[in-house]
Amino acid sequence: MSEIITVNHISYKYTDEQERNALNDVSFTIAKGEWVAIIGPNGSGKSTLAKTINGLIEPMSGDVTAGNLTLNEKNIWSIREMVGMVFQNPDNQFVGSTVQDDVAFGLENLGVPRDDMVDRVRDALDKVNMLEFAEREPARLSGGQKQRVAIAGIVALRPDIMILDEATSMLDPKGRQEVLRTVKEVKEKENLSVISITHDIDEAAAANRIIVMKAGELIKEGTPEEIFSYGDQLIEMGLDLPFPEKLKSSLKEIGISVPTEYLTEEGMVDWLWTYGLKK
Amino acid sequence: MDIRFEEVGYTYQKGTPFQSRALYDINLSIKDASYTALVGHTGSGKSTVLQHLNALKKPTEGTITIGDRLITPTTDNKGLKSLRKKVGIVFQFPEAQLFEETIAKDIAFGPKNFGVSEEEAIERARVLLPQVGLDESFMERSPFDLSGGQMRRVAIAGVLAMEPEVLVLDEPTAGLDPQGRKEIMDMFYDLYKTQGLTIVLVTHQMDDVAHYADHMVILEQGTVKREGSPRELFRESEWLSSMQLGVPSTVAFALKLEDKFGWTFDRLPMSTDELALEIKKNLGGNVGERV
Repeated sequence: MSEIITVNHISYKYTDEQERNALNDVSFTIAKGEWVAIIGPNGSGKSTLAKTINGLIEPMSGDVTAGNLTLNEKNIWSIREMVGMVFQNPDNQFVGSTVQDDVAFGLENLGVPRDDMVDRVRDALDKVNMLEFAEREPARLSGGQKQRVAIAGIVALRPDIMILDEATSMLDPKGRQEVLRTVKEVKEKENLSVISITHDIDEAAAANRIIVMKAGELIKEGTPEEIFSYGDQLIEMGLDLPFPEKLKSSLKEIGISVPTEYLTEEGMVDWLWTYGLKK
Repeated sequence: MDIRFEEVGYTYQKGTPFQSRALYDINLSIKDASYTALVGHTGSGKSTVLQHLNALKKPTEGTITIGDRLITPTTDNKGLKSLRKKVGIVFQFPEAQLFEETIAKDIAFGPKNFGVSEEEAIERARVLLPQVGLDESFMERSPFDLSGGQMRRVAIAGVLAMEPEVLVLDEPTAGLDPQGRKEIMDMFYDLYKTQGLTIVLVTHQMDDVAHYADHMVILEQGTVKREGSPRELFRESEWLSSMQLGVPSTVAFALKLEDKFGWTFDRLPMSTDELALEIKKNLGGNVGERV
């Protein structure tokens, strides 16, 4: 797999008065088409890291390469065209009075010809399954639908990389599932690389790989199964315990012996089934 | 302090060609020292209801009783100040409202506005900081040098400093990490348990509703569809799903077990501890017969 992003020994500090660096010697790569989740508690440097990737902030040392461009002042706009971001609050990122106007906004900024624009807007809305809402008013949509429109706005720009900055944190579980499913589909169809900054265990589980940040440093890297097997330590990593883990510890407290390995919800149901049979 | 809505309706820009009805026929009661969760899909009217809880909006129909005050469509805006002191609202992303030079001054701003002396207001800030998980060393720092999570805590302290009897929380933990979320939610719960504060929580997080609330109000398209205990209402998972609402993870798992194993949960579990006990009960006895 070829690398789409290389982060090479970057460090960053917001102000000189800060005792420690917001980012300290962070290095990793992301392959084309890969989904990487970045987790860590509030203040661990996750958002700062995302901002260095699309050039919103410039690292004090080290460099960031996206595609074959090493980020500098001259190519920053080319890099921003490659990287689309979806933010946390679905209500804060709408400019259009209809769903389709909103998706068209970025294309208008790039001066895309009208005919081409109409096609790209419809195509993008179709990819997030929101085509039937094209004429609707964004304010009337559910949180999950709003975030899907925001994703369409990015898909229309045909970027290589999509960054989700806590994009599902204000949604209910249903909306969250809706958005994760959409991201998965769009990623496959467009061969996008996805970086998701999250505190949500389901979102982290959807990634190919998880990067754990703590106090500005990258402290762990692994597949979701590897990272989730840390059990209680997940809380320090800024994640909540997966539901089956919580249930396991409640069962243990009342004297039921539970398996130590990580169980999914389905795994938990199966285990309870066999436990019942054995009794 | 009890709050009661009777036949409340609210129409934006009433009497103009732009009028739109946001609320209608709302009857609900929030009992003194209760913990009420207000849930509903985006656009269901939660935010409009919330603004009626301290008369930031007055109903265009019906009446609202807040403690011993009666609010009607014709109530004069004068004299509502004391109400605002009794009902404190933590809005979404309250950190956006920080503005003072120091954290101490920011927290003291609200109480000073209600006639508390400077010293007393600063003293309240000193007491409140540790309560929201920050220490005294933050007093003289600028609120703008803090992380998002810390700013949120300062903003919450600013509302608590007014010593409200009712605390209204609009998605108070959005964007915080799970650890921070739990700390803040546990702090609110503690205020409810130990100081008898009345809490109204607007949230999408059904796990929080199950864990903390003793009463639940479901809004849809501008009116109250159901009111009751979370344990009662979460039983109707299909109906909730039709309202675009989910159930807490413990309930979802319990319903899955009922479905797959033919178990029955007489008391729908609101926490994993309750779920574990129910599982033990169902496993014990004649497991063999059931499978």
